[in-house]
Amino acid sequence: MTILLFTIIIFGFAVLAGLLGSLTGLGGGVVIIPVLTLLFKVDIHYAIGTSLISVIATSSGAAAAYVKEGISNIRLGMFLELATTTGAVAGAFIAAYISTSIIAIIFGLILILSAIASLLKHGDHLVTGNGSYLTRKLKLNNSFPTSEGKQDYTVKNVVGGFFMMNVAGVISGLLGIGSGALKVIAMDNIMRVPFKVSTTTSNFMIGVTAAASAGIYFKRGYIDPSLSMPVVIGVLIGALIGTKILFATKVSTLKIIFAIVILLLALEMIYNGAMHKI
Amino acid sequence: MDTKHQTNDKDVEKIMGNLLRYGVIFSALIVIIGAVFYLLQHGNEQPHYVTFLGEPKHITNIKGIFLTAFNGRGRSIIQLGLLFLIATPIARIILSIVGYVLERDYLYIIITLIVFGVILFSLM
Repeated sequence: MTILLFTIIIFGFAVLAGLLGSLTGLGGGVVIIPVLTLLFKVDIHYAIGTSLISVIATSSGAAAAYVKEGISNIRLGMFLELATTTGAVAGAFIAAYISTSIIAIIFGLILILSAIASLLKHGDHLVTGNGSYLTRKLKLNNSFPTSEGKQDYTVKNVVGGFFMMNVAGVISGLLGIGSGALKVIAMDNIMRVPFKVSTTTSNFMIGVTAAASAGIYFKRGYIDPSLSMPVVIGVLIGALIGTKILFATKVSTLKIIFAIVILLLALEMIYNGAMHKI
Repeated sequence: MDTKHQTNDKDVEKIMGNLLRYGVIFSALIVIIGAVFYLLQHGNEQPHYVTFLGEPKHITNIKGIFLTAFNGRGRSIIQLGLLFLIATPIARIILSIVGYVLERDYLYIIITLIVFGVILFSLM
């Protein structure tokens, strides 16, 4: 196989990964890493570096739209980025000292968690009122636009959410994924932020979190230009198509199929990790 | 919140949205230009990604990337595009700092500066 053919095939998979990632909200990284390591036998370090770059691209691309519409809570995002960026740097450091087999196993477990989380019904929370001293001090209470005008909301459990975001950051730096599933757990289930706000704010934060660990991967030589090139462009195009058809298709069936695919990939990753094949 | 504060907030958000969008488009274009160069130079060779070797020195540091990219080396041009991509969210943070300075929100100036410091630490 020549480099040209390899590039075209990887590009095709990346478009598919970006498309599915944006339709299901899981992001392209969760597909691209197992595809590269299991199917193309690419070293997992390269796969992680490549995925990090594509995560930044899709996050920035999508965040642009949400920020303009005023749905993302910028202050909440910035405050929680304290937790995710420090976590991401720690995760990227740890990645150099543990074996690739263990990284593969952790990756598989996080994949399973993400697949389950994507299938669970999201409870849409709306907490109003003045909030705690901490939320007022940090100006985390905000509003978002709805068809009936502005809706105010309050953020709960700031400390718990911050801690969970720290964990999400470590996972992101260690595995090269956006860890959107963990971020949504932190904001939806712990901080009780309305669903629309939590998903857009999470997306907004993913780029900065990934940038924090990308620097370390870059210096270590984990980011290969010839591998990253088809992946980044492919995932971007896929995500773009995804946002265009998101409103036209029924996502629920697709979500179930995608969750099953991810579950199988996860088991394969864990098996290969346990057998020291990765 | 007074109205002046609100408009200021909205303006910064608008600029931020544009910055992110054009940052991604700009970086992607550079990556594509690099891809054309690279595939013309090496398209017929064999790939080797199975074992981790690490990248050569000239494309893992910023100065080396700039130097070799302007010599028309495909991989360096791609790497330059990827660097711009990593820089997009960083530029967004710098813009936020400016916004909070204009609003005199000292708490968030400090929070944003710390986030900025963490990212710089990882890049240095």
